Amino acid sequence: MLHCTVEQPIIFPVKKIINEAPGFKTFIFEGQLNAKPGQFVMFWIPKIEARPFSVSFQTPNEFQITVMKVGEFTKAMFKLKPGDKVGIQGPYGRPFSLGSAKNIVILGGGCGIAPVFFLLNQAVKSAKNIFFIGGCRSKDIFLKQKALKKIIPDPILMTDDGSLGKKGFTTDALERLLKKRPIDKIFACGPEIMLLKTAQISKKYNIPCQISLERLMKCGIGICGQCCLDDCGLRVCHEGPVFEASKLLESPEFGKYKRDNRGKIIKI
Amino acid sequence: MEKLSIKNPSNLRTDFLGVKFPNPVVLASGILGMSASSMASVVRNGAGGVTTKSTNLEGQDGHPGPKVITYESGMLNCYGLTNAGFWHEKKEIAKFKKRLPQNPLIFSIFGFSLKEFQAIAQKVDQTRADFIEINISCPNVQSEHGRPFGCVPGMPQKVIKAVKKLTKKPIIVKLSPNVVDIVEIAREVESAGAHAISAINTLGPGMVINLETRCPVLSAKAGGMSGPAIRPLAVKMIYDIYENVKIPLIGIGGVTTGQDALEMIMAGAQLVEIGSGVYYRGISVFKRVCNEMQEWMRKQGVKSIKEIIGAAHD
Repeated sequence: MLHCTVEQPIIFPVKKIINEAPGFKTFIFEGQLNAKPGQFVMFWIPKIEARPFSVSFQTPNEFQITVMKVGEFTKAMFKLKPGDKVGIQGPYGRPFSLGSAKNIVILGGGCGIAPVFFLLNQAVKSAKNIFFIGGCRSKDIFLKQKALKKIIPDPILMTDDGSLGKKGFTTDALERLLKKRPIDKIFACGPEIMLLKTAQISKKYNIPCQISLERLMKCGIGICGQCCLDDCGLRVCHEGPVFEASKLLESPEFGKYKRDNRGKIIKI
Repeated sequence: MEKLSIKNPSNLRTDFLGVKFPNPVVLASGILGMSASSMASVVRNGAGGVTTKSTNLEGQDGHPGPKVITYESGMLNCYGLTNAGFWHEKKEIAKFKKRLPQNPLIFSIFGFSLKEFQAIAQKVDQTRADFIEINISCPNVQSEHGRPFGCVPGMPQKVIKAVKKLTKKPIIVKLSPNVVDIVEIAREVESAGAHAISAINTLGPGMVINLETRCPVLSAKAGGMSGPAIRPLAVKMIYDIYENVKIPLIGIGGVTTGQDALEMIMAGAQLVEIGSGVYYRGISVFKRVCNEMQEWMRKQGVKSIKEIIGAAHD
């Protein structure tokens, strides 16, 4: 069991690496992480760096982290081979909470499909009607296409170019669905513009909605202040990364800006 | 959210260099001090005042992660003075003071040379900060910038004199515990004209090595030590400084409970700062410490926190 009294990475050898799509890899580790969907870990490559990543899947004896190659650190991750030792610290953060919701929609956009894939796996155990809306730029980088269909018979797939499923955005599909079906709760992870739109739609239809937000995190344990949101000051690593959409809609930075490594404001 | 047992408790009210504080529990520099919203959230959770992250004129990146780890009874960090620079900080300070004009703000500044200290010092009067804290004691940038000024006798007075010429704001100097004799440095700081002393900055730096990978965990290999493990050292240093200088003191180092804060005050501190305590007891640590102090005061019949400043001295 990965639980320690001190906040330090625990070493795991990489068990297996799956090439999900061009620019996407999933790292599989053996061990019980005890993570909940929406939580994250600090992923440490010794002598290089540590960065936060969501957990994308978990079984009683394995856990997975799915990564998109975007910068220097993920480039280093892509050089990892099975057997290489990395440090995992966590899990941290507030997870998604299914509660007693029976009719739910789960939205995943781009690499945001990974953390909600984990949620979907859990949701099928408790919710009655589950709708999954996945969206991506195009078919070749659409994560978990086959795996999704094994869990849920008819996921709604959307692509910007129409190369898979329907052409359009996940939020278009969400609004169409809400007009037809009674839904108790919405869950979403993806690009922030999509999340903002999702939150606005949830408000319009008055449906509770949980959103997983991404901000640069440094400590992961709620002390450095790097990931605090304006104006509430809530810490994305601690009170988040999953927030109620209503709370995020009160924040002037949601969908508009974030902070860089130094704390400077940058537009989204 | 926990509530203070008494609204606006008058027994915790205090003042520091003539500035009123609703209570003596203040956010230490380097923790949750990156934005106005974050600092305001700390005040909502009970802090009387706040200290910003240390800032230099242009800002800098700091070290990559891992930047913070904990060990059995303390914490190591190697943030490396990450900050967005003066112009950004000025806006955050303005935003904080607009929201919370009753809660004093200490603006922490640093430089790696006298020139860099001067560069930011000449701008600080443009902010609404109540105090300037001169950070001459960060132990996390030694490999790049050499020993901190606070560890080199003779240097603190040069920095203070240079900064003092450029600002009208009261100057607090934050001391390093990593010295042979902290009293000698404290005396130098006082005679150079500093208005107050805050002590201590983090200890060390220390190191934790991961056995399986055979390498230090922190990216900078070492990091300043804080948390409960360093508290008795901080108390002793405040005690010794109090005996030897007349300017007021801010006690910092491993405070997580009301008892710890009272101990620091009895050693001679007028204000007490909390940093790592946010990890140990959550962000409500400030409120909890205030409640615990009040409970003790009630039992002991202490009417004002000011009564017990330095009470441990003969």
